[in-house]
Formats: sequence, structure tokens, C-alpha cells
Amino acid sequence: MTEENQRRVVSVIVINEASVLSRITDLFSGRGYNITSLTVAPIPESKYSRLTIVTAGSVRVIEQITKQLHKLIPVLRVYEHEDMVEKEMAMIKLPITENLSDINALCEAYNGKIVNAGENTIIAMVADEPKRIDNFLNAIKRYNPKEIVRSGAVALER
Amino acid sequence: MQISGAQMVIEAFIAEGVDTVFGYPGGAIMNVYDEIYKQDKFQHILNRHEQASVHAAEGYSKASGKVGVAMITSGPGFTNAVTGLADAYMDSIPLVVISGQVPMSLIGTDAFQEIDAVGISRSCTKHNYLVTDAKDLPRILKEAFYIARSGRPGPVHVDIPKDVTAQIAEFDYDIELNLETYKPHTKGNPRQIKKAIEAIAKAKRPLFYLGGGIINANAAYEVRELVQKTGIPAVETFMARGVLSHDDELLIGMLGMHGSYASNMAMSETDLVIGLGVRFDDRVTGKLSEFAKNADVIHVDIDPASISKLVNADYPIVGDVKNVVEDMLEQVGKIDSNNYESWRETIINFNELHPLTFHEDTERLKPQWVVKRVGELLGDDANISTDVGQHQMWAGQFYPFTRPRQFVSSSGLGTMGFGFPAAIGVKAASPEKISINFTGDGSILMNVQELMTAVEKKIPVINIILNNNFLGMVRQWQTLFYDKRHAETDLSVQPDFVKLAEAFGGIGYRVKTKEEFDAALKDAVEKNVVAFIEVIVHRMENVMPMVPSGGSLFNMMLLEKKGDK
Repeated sequence: MTEENQRRVVSVIVINEASVLSRITDLFSGRGYNITSLTVAPIPESKYSRLTIVTAGSVRVIEQITKQLHKLIPVLRVYEHEDMVEKEMAMIKLPITENLSDINALCEAYNGKIVNAGENTIIAMVADEPKRIDNFLNAIKRYNPKEIVRSGAVALER
Repeated sequence: MQISGAQMVIEAFIAEGVDTVFGYPGGAIMNVYDEIYKQDKFQHILNRHEQASVHAAEGYSKASGKVGVAMITSGPGFTNAVTGLADAYMDSIPLVVISGQVPMSLIGTDAFQEIDAVGISRSCTKHNYLVTDAKDLPRILKEAFYIARSGRPGPVHVDIPKDVTAQIAEFDYDIELNLETYKPHTKGNPRQIKKAIEAIAKAKRPLFYLGGGIINANAAYEVRELVQKTGIPAVETFMARGVLSHDDELLIGMLGMHGSYASNMAMSETDLVIGLGVRFDDRVTGKLSEFAKNADVIHVDIDPASISKLVNADYPIVGDVKNVVEDMLEQVGKIDSNNYESWRETIINFNELHPLTFHEDTERLKPQWVVKRVGELLGDDANISTDVGQHQMWAGQFYPFTRPRQFVSSSGLGTMGFGFPAAIGVKAASPEKISINFTGDGSILMNVQELMTAVEKKIPVINIILNNNFLGMVRQWQTLFYDKRHAETDLSVQPDFVKLAEAFGGIGYRVKTKEEFDAALKDAVEKNVVAFIEVIVHRMENVMPMVPSGGSLFNMMLLEKKGDK
């Protein structure tokens, strides 16, 4: 078994009830597992929520993570993604004095656009694979972003 | 019927067949205690500390196989109970622990005796609940008992605010539980079982590695049959003592840090580990990379997360040990016990080379002798509890266990102060057996107030205090690994244990010779009262063999041969 840390995406379907998120995060902190990002939202027309957790660990650690998640009583299902479509969203606040058409063009290359314009700042959004979001955030640096927020990844098995 | 939340707790206990509740009242749980006062269906045992209530419930559960029940109040009542919850979680003991909570309107206001109880218990329980409406209580209580006892058992904590215990709602306990996210896997995969049997048939030096899961699954007698029919030698973990009878010829002994030489060597030389209800704890395996290095591993456990957690399983079987062993027994004809004849001889040779033993001393009693002697005098008639430390290991090594559920000890968490309250619970569960607690001069003081509980309720626990005036196990490590710097482990200043027992209304003995010990034990058993038998033992005795922490199982420190010194 490889002991090297690798990035993995795990989706967890849980009963949407009080303290269920703490159960998950306590498990990660208590057993010393990493959370790179975590997203959670209710699944429409059900009593469940879906969490997407980006984590890192050796094969053995990842196997333990999925098994330990399964052991939690309110956990219905755990997907350790192999072949998935993965997306993340980011929003960036920029000074309105920057070149808006350049910014818009850059955003479009990453499935985004300018979504709000205020007196002094604009807000742009992009939605793409996490790796490409990294690239976008590198590229946008030259336009002096004031604030950046990333949503964390979500994923669906193909 | 329309009843209060407090009455629901009582009705649920009755429906679950609870006959004993251990607990301690307080402000937030008073509504429930008021209902306990009014009923006569079960007994309540008032411990003198909430930690002891949970340990007593653990002892009760381990001896009876039933779910243990404890009840405590909010705030400090709950935090005192946390050690017990953690202990039960580590040793997979089914408990339902009910705690009071401040009223809903005060939650989050830092009210008197308020603490985020479910926040604290989350990481040391199998599951927990904060009840916010009495109408949920029947379902939650039923789920709590079910979750505690099913799958890999464990403690379930139910926190109930005071206004919820006063709230009136409909009570119906005949509800079907519909836990779609919790479905323990109890039946082993037949294909995997078949492969495992084939692997056993092919192995030259197979070894049963028996764990506490066998006792939880009530599978000891099936395992005895499997061991006997296959002729394969077996080692037991500390948790599994009593799965095989001490006189079973195929039982090599206990393995691990203080396992016998033969057990640890067998584990190091085996070519096929057959792990049943085990979890490859570090106190068992020693250095993982050297553990059963040349062996394939069959691992049967109800908890999928235990499998391949520490040691890779070549034949993983998730299921209830009882079911799986029954399935294995059906195919046992494929295994020829004659194949292991030379392996069995090898193990006999290991045992002859370094048998598990100790050297007698003319000046002071040896603690090992005391354990052996109790075994000779009481044997099967006693249930054995222990505290934590050297005495605990000697009890595991030298008591002649004959049956499952005879031995109760804090194995995973190693909780000093566990033994006395646990022995109270054991006695409450099986009054026909003598309840012995082997303890040390360090451990006994950690829940010594339970003298009052035992005396009040006439629960005649006999505490055998192996007094070496040391915090012995730590002293042993200091002697061996800290160049004899015995930091804060010298317990020369001590209470008068005889007077201490007497002050609570028990009986105390101080013994220094074999004759005195025999007489004291006989007297305590005959008088059938709460007793302290303080045995003055050799101060510097070490538990041997010993695998130093992180070392390989085959690299044991051994008992010095007589005259080596």
C-alpha cells in the first residue's frame, strides 16, 4: 500500500438533523484527518443533506475515513470518488477602476462573468474545476482583487 | 397513553427489561427521580460518584450481557460520568446513559449546572441525543437501547432538558424502528468464509487470535468448539480471558505486552492469524511491522472499520463472530487437525523454555501468588474485576478463568478506579457468584467512596488490595526505562485500609502471610460482607514478560532465572 498522501474527494449523504455536521468534523479532528474543504447543503425534497469533503491521506487513511464515516449513525452513504465531475465556485471583489472588459473576458474563460457592480467595486464569479480555479486566481492577481471567496468543491460521480 | 417525559423514561426501562439502574440525582434530573421513587419495577443503586455509576453499569453489562443503565444530572454530574462513557466506548460495552439538562429556554445561557453535554459525549459514545420534545422520547429511547446493543456495542447518551421530562406527550413503545442509515452487517460473506477455511486447511502453523468481540457476541462456546475440532492453538487478548477455559490444552495464554513467552512467540512464528473479534490494539501487537510478519491474516469482526485498520487482512470477514464461527463449523471437516501436530509441539517447547511463572519470596508475599491462590480457593465460583496497573496484568496472567463474562476490566481506556464500582455492578448482575475486585493501593483510592454504596445496598464485594506502596506499573517503567527515578510513584504514606473499610461499615483485613491470607479470604466469603483484604506484597516485583512499548513481540524482557540476581 502506498503511504503517500493523495488528494481525495468524498461525498457523504447524511440525515439533515441537529449536530450532524459536528459529528463529521469531530471525526476528522479526533482522528487527525485533514479537511481541505467542506461543503454542505440539503438535498432537495428529502430529509438528507450532502457533504462534499476534499481531504488528503494515504490509501489506508482514506479507507479508514470512509469506514469511520460509515460508522456514524446518521450517515446513509459515503462515496469515495474515482471518476467524477468536480466543480468549485469563486467570487472576487475588484476595484471598479480596473479594466472591466479584460476582467470579464478572463472570467468567461472560466465559466464566469461580472455579476455585480457597485460604486467603487465590482464582483465577478467563476465556476470551474478546483485546479482551474487556482489558475484563475493566479491570473486575476494583476487586477488587484480586494477579496476572494472560494466555495469548496462539489462533485458528482460520472 | 399521555404521560410526562419523566414517566416515559421509566416506562421505557420497564419495556426494555431493565432491573437495575445506577445513578445519582441532581437538579436537572429530579423529575425522573420523582418517578423512580414512585415505581417498584427496578432497583436503583445510589453510587457516591457519577463516574462510579457508569462503571457499575459497565460491570453489570459485562457480567450479564444486557444493556447497562446509568442516570445522572446535568453539568458536573455529566462531566463526572464522561470517563465512564469513554471507558465503555473503548471496550464496546452497551450502555444507555441518561443525563438531565437545564430547561430548553436556558440552554446556551451558561445557566447553573449547564454544560454542552452532547458536544462533550460525541467523541466518546457510539451515538448521542439531545431530546428537544417529549414526543420524540419513546423513539429516541428505543433507538438508544437498540443502537447500544446491536452491531459493535457501545454507550449511547441521551441528554434530556428538565422541561422535556415535565412535558406531557403520547407514549407508545411498540413502534417499529426504522433506522435506514444504521444497519449492522451480521452475516459473514459465505465466499470469504469458504476462502478462509481453505486457507486454514493449507496453513502449517495457524493460530487463533481471540478477542473480546467473542464475548460480546456470546460466541465463546462456538469458538471453543471450533478450536477443539480444528486442533489449532489459540492465544487470547486480555479482553478475551475466559473465552477458552484455562485448562484447555490448545490455549497457549494471553499475548501482548505482558503476554506469555509462548503466546508471543506463537504469534511471531505463525503463518496464518485467525483473528476473531479483535482489533489489533497496540498493547497486543507491539511493533506493527514485525507483528506476525510471515503470516496471512483472517480477520472476523462486526466493525468494518476495525478490519485492515492497523494490520492488512488477507481474508476480511465483516460479521457477527457467532454467525461466522457457526458457518465455519459447518465446513470444519475440510480441516485436518493432524496437520498441526508439529506446530503444537513447537508451542509446547516454547512453554517449557519460558513458562509463565514467578519466584516465591520468603520475606514477603508475591502478588502473583495471591491471584493464583484466589483461583485455587474460589476458581469458577468467583467473578473477577480489576482496577488498572500491575495487579490487573497479574490477574489476567494468573487467574484460572473458566467461562466468558467471568472477567471484567478496563482494557482499552485503562481507567484506574474502575474495579470497585464495576465489581458492584457485577455482583448486582450475578449475585450467586462471589465478586472479587483485584486492586492496587493506587487504584482503590480513586473510587473508594463506593464502600458506602456497597455497604448501604449490602453488595458484598471483596476488594483484594495488592499493596506494594507504589503506583506499581508506573514505578516498573521508571525502574526499567527512567533509570530508577521513581517520580511521584512512592505511595508510602497511606490510609489505614482496615480502618477505612470499617469506617464505612465494611470489614478490613491486613495480611502478610499465606496463612493469614487464606484465613481472611475464607472469613470474608463466609461473612458475605463488603471487605478490604490488604495484602502486603513485595514492593519491587515487576510484571513479566514484558514487551517494551513499540518493541517487537518476540523481543520480550523475561523473568530472571532464579539465582540470576
